Amino acid sequence: MTDHPAVLVEGLRKSYGRHTALAGLDLLVAEGTVHGVLGPNGAGKTTAVRILATLLAADGGRAEVLGVDVLRQPQLVRPRIGLTGQYAAVDERLTGLENLEMFGRLYRLSARTARARAAELLERFDLAEAAGRQAKTYSGGMRRRLDLAASLIMAPAVLFLDEPTTGLDPRSRQAMWRVIADLVRDGTTVLLTTQYLEEADQLADRVSVVDTGRVIAEGTTDDLKRQIGGDRLDITVAEGCDLGGAAEVLARSGTGAATVDADERRVSVPVSGAGILAEVVRGLDEIGVTIVDVALHRPSLDDVFMTLTGHGAAPAGATGPGGPGGDDGPPGPRTGDDERDLVKA
Amino acid sequence: MTTLDLTPVARRSRLTWELLDAWVMCRRNLMKTWRVPELLVFATIQPVMFVLLFSYVFGGAIDVGPDLDYVDFLMPGVFVQTVIFGAMMTGIGLANDKEEGLIDRFRSLPMSRSALLTGRTLADLVRNAFIILIMLLVGLAVGFRFGDTTVPAILAGFGVMLIFSYAFSWVSAVIGMSVRSTEAAQSGGMIWVFPLVFASSAFARVDTMPGWLQAFADHQPVTVTVDAVRALFLGGPVADDLLLSLAWCGGILLLFGPLAVRAFRRDAAG
Repeated sequence: MTDHPAVLVEGLRKSYGRHTALAGLDLLVAEGTVHGVLGPNGAGKTTAVRILATLLAADGGRAEVLGVDVLRQPQLVRPRIGLTGQYAAVDERLTGLENLEMFGRLYRLSARTARARAAELLERFDLAEAAGRQAKTYSGGMRRRLDLAASLIMAPAVLFLDEPTTGLDPRSRQAMWRVIADLVRDGTTVLLTTQYLEEADQLADRVSVVDTGRVIAEGTTDDLKRQIGGDRLDITVAEGCDLGGAAEVLARSGTGAATVDADERRVSVPVSGAGILAEVVRGLDEIGVTIVDVALHRPSLDDVFMTLTGHGAAPAGATGPGGPGGDDGPPGPRTGDDERDLVKA
Repeated sequence: MTTLDLTPVARRSRLTWELLDAWVMCRRNLMKTWRVPELLVFATIQPVMFVLLFSYVFGGAIDVGPDLDYVDFLMPGVFVQTVIFGAMMTGIGLANDKEEGLIDRFRSLPMSRSALLTGRTLADLVRNAFIILIMLLVGLAVGFRFGDTTVPAILAGFGVMLIFSYAFSWVSAVIGMSVRSTEAAQSGGMIWVFPLVFASSAFARVDTMPGWLQAFADHQPVTVTVDAVRALFLGGPVADDLLLSLAWCGGILLLFGPLAVRAFRRDAAG
């Protein structure tokens, strides 16, 4: 441990022509923690990660990784960081083993160490069986794991994950989350960007909410959820049922006052998790109310933004993991990232 | 999380690292070429078509003088055409790496900045050498014969072609690193090659062209290289063209080498 934070960003600025991607971004990530950077497309998340990973020069401000200025001494930063982007950056025509060996050699490991490390990582990421197959035959989740393995070759102290589960199916996403959680247990500091509140909630100790190149809120995910009111249970009841009675049942189990929408025949109440569902259903059954529909509404990035800024997180893909745009297809073009930032801001 | 000692091998000079990194990249690109043999086949079919079309379709109509078979005149031109088109694969490959996010990964590694480009261009050189060998066999099959020359001169002819190929790989690298997509590298990399190849001595004698075109055709790199190779393969005065060709290649490398490295260092997105 050193007395430096793992990542320190102060007043970071970056523009592309007239478009401002970062308008004075601040971040502070303590060693050994997971920090989530939460925001919609175009918020500047990718730009910030690219600067921290020495891929992009900033226009102004301060950016340090483990106390080293990334703008002045990128060559000292590179051996100590790992980067996994939105698309798996592996060579499709090489096998999993060949990919990791190649990156190991380029990290200046000896041939023997590079090979041993590659085998070790493939084993660890459940890719040992696929080690001899070309990466183009891998599924989206496997490719992403291989990409993550590549960024872990040097067991970096700081790992940047730029939307690590975008485009993955729910099962691959869960697997990815487990892998990331394991890394953190081993002491790696992780800076993670995501559009999904759920993902930040799963993984991050602290979260910075970013909008148009600035941090608009910072704290634990619990802080955030408290601010936006947590989960909400919506129950629609059958025609002719007692809405008032249903509201009383919900209010008993919820964490706040129940609201009634008479037109939709819907009763809503803030709750803490799905645990009370059985209790509510039993209660409604006892007073003879027939349930037509039950929905547990988890707060999304949209809700966070609605609360913090008064406008939604407009771009598509903010509906939650596995929402529109999520597929398990081959990775798309990498160069599009920053263009998307430009368009959607 | 690991029992391995992950300390990088440190006791090596900068140049050694540069070469080792370039070797890793070169090996990777050659493995890719080997695994997509279709590309190599297509890269060979095109010049073979040129040999057949020109020697059988246009050959009779193109006058190269009484002492020379057209196929003997043609083959050095086709060789040079083949390597310049082959060199354009450098940019296409780099653009593809960029599109797949690999360039970003390489740039985040502590590897030598120029090794990616050196490795790629060297791999394309090996690939081009292989295609030239195939083309030589095709040429011999359709009647091409070396003229009044020596074995060292013939080897020098192939050497000139490879130097030429390597120089144009760097032009292609600049294009590949500057465009935003593989498709753009494909079209942008080819357009300017056509006038260079056709307004040259590759397929017809320059003195049969209109005067204004001769001024260009006489001095451009394809003509001097084709003429040098022709003289080395068939016999005849070679010194002037050989020196001019090497000067062109040297100039191109000096200009486009640093430009390509700069394009690689620069932000890929901006």
